[in-house]
Amino acid sequence: MSLEIIESCVNCYACEPLCPNEAIYQAAPHFLIDPDKCTECLGDFDDAQCTSICPIEGAIVDELGVALNLPGSLTGISAEMLAKYQAAVEAAYQAALAAKAG
Amino acid sequence: MDLPVINSIPSSGEPAAGGGCASNSCGSTDDQLGHLPEHIRAKVHNHPCYSEQAHHYFARMHVAVAPACNIQCHYCNRKYDCSNESRPGVVSEVLTPQQAVKKVMAVAANIPQMTVLGIAGPGDPLANPERTFATFRELSEKAPDIKLCVSTNGLALPESVEELAKHNIDHVTITINCVDPDVGAQIYPWVFWKNERVMGREGAAILIEQQQKGLEMLTARGILVKVNSVMIPGVNDKHLAEVSKVVKSKGAFLHNVMPLIAEPEHGTFYGLMGQPSPTAEELQKLQDACSGDMNMMRHCRQCRADAVGLLGEDRGQEFTMDKIEDMEIDYPAAMVKRAEVHAEIAKELEEKDNKARAAKAELVSIHGMTPSAPATRPVLMAVSTKGGGVINEHFGHAHEFLVYEASGNGVRFIGHRKTTPYCEGGSSCGDGETALDETLRVLKGCEVVLSAKIGFEPWAPLEAAGIQPNGEHAMEPIEEAIAAVYEELRAAGKLDEKPNPQQKVA
Ligand code: SF4
Ligand code: SF4
Repeated sequence: MSLEIIESCVNCYACEPLCPNEAIYQAAPHFLIDPDKCTECLGDFDDAQCTSICPIEGAIVDELGVALNLPGSLTGISAEMLAKYQAAVEAAYQAALAAKAG
Repeated sequence: MDLPVINSIPSSGEPAAGGGCASNSCGSTDDQLGHLPEHIRAKVHNHPCYSEQAHHYFARMHVAVAPACNIQCHYCNRKYDCSNESRPGVVSEVLTPQQAVKKVMAVAANIPQMTVLGIAGPGDPLANPERTFATFRELSEKAPDIKLCVSTNGLALPESVEELAKHNIDHVTITINCVDPDVGAQIYPWVFWKNERVMGREGAAILIEQQQKGLEMLTARGILVKVNSVMIPGVNDKHLAEVSKVVKSKGAFLHNVMPLIAEPEHGTFYGLMGQPSPTAEELQKLQDACSGDMNMMRHCRQCRADAVGLLGEDRGQEFTMDKIEDMEIDYPAAMVKRAEVHAEIAKELEEKDNKARAAKAELVSIHGMTPSAPATRPVLMAVSTKGGGVINEHFGHAHEFLVYEASGNGVRFIGHRKTTPYCEGGSSCGDGETALDETLRVLKGCEVVLSAKIGFEPWAPLEAAGIQPNGEHAMEPIEEAIAAVYEELRAAGKLDEKPNPQQKVA
């Protein structure tokens, strides 16, 4: 039973000192959790500490690979909002390319 | 005891307490340091973040040793970088405390003007107490001639006061955007508090309580506290006058209102929601409104968390970690050199003080009236400078303009306005057109712009925008030049014309 830090981690160090089991360690390209040490904080805290401070939605997942902080839950920026914005940027970029070519 | 750059009220020593015309927007607002108690003023006199005058001569630097944060702000994107006064999108290199100490000493040895080290991010310094305090501890020992400051969101402040006091850190900046949890709920989606993530209004209420408590604890111990606020139109703009009042009553010595910077490409909540940033005019209006209650700071440049250098410059590239590793630093020797340079600057500053005071007296006597009853309207003028307190930057090369207000009471500094240089100095000016538009926009409200040199092209557009270009005072001290131009305007009868409405409305 353990959590996992995945590639969207931004290496902010916030989780590392909070772990009651010293399961979190700095690694390249991002922080990692030692699955043998992680207890998901059971017996120590109501909430998994790393998951409770991590600012990046989706950076920490459970054993099934399910994100513990869902998109939009921390920043208020929903997946739709982000997608819309990315589409707009892409469109502007394509338009600029087309203008240059034409 | 006058600091000369900004006007002060020569005849009365009273703090500008209540607002109103005489103490507020008619040009007689006190400068930001003028009414501080002597012991506080002594502490901040040569501090580039607090003294506009010192800003031209001394330098500050920040080191990024504190990556973790314990709250989320809607103007910050943790995927890039943060600091309490975040400019998202700028990634700084996170240093270990040992690397930070080495970097600071290397910079201090090479740039003797560097007098202040700040830790301001990229997260919250007090959310990284070990890293932050290890840096301070080693520096107080090895480089005692460097002042230390720390900038925090305040959540972990009460528990850190003891430790801060121990390291003799005499300047703390708290970013306080609100004192009302309902406002806070629109700025802070969550805080991490007592092993839990606390969302929304409840989280904001905890943050506010901790900020206020920390502020009181620090001032009770005689530690200087500056308060930064980010002005977010439609969210806390109306509320910040109240914030100013509250933090002043709790002993903060300066309040610095900064504009929100929010662009969609920053990927912040505000950026993506299209939350507008305040215009330079809106910002100034709010600063004026708050200054009736508080010493306002107007020269903050929201410098990057890892910036190095003087004024708007950034010499960070000279001090990257790989370059520093090879440097041999004899700090005791450097300290001797530094002391000499500091004494030199102090002398220069003092001479300038005296000169400016004389210039002000002259201006007042020309007008033949008491300083508290200005008969001529105040005029905003912009200046381009590379530092040293003189007009020595070309119009087209300026990354920012310093805005001053000239009135019958003298010359006071109002703030910085950043822009993209009209001409980057290359052979072709490329985007010159749009950059000039941007410059015209940031200079709105100014009637004169003084530069070391102003090219032919921007001349007509400037005039058309009601801004008189002036290249006649190159290399002259800023305040003297502005006073001279003001006097010319007065002699030409231009100050009797309809007053600029922005200037008169309090
Ligand atoms: S869930 Fe708890 S025990 Fe597991 S890594 Fe996170 S903080 Fe450590
Ligand atoms: S808190 Fe999240 S982003 Fe920060 S280091 Fe830990 S896993 Fe990575």
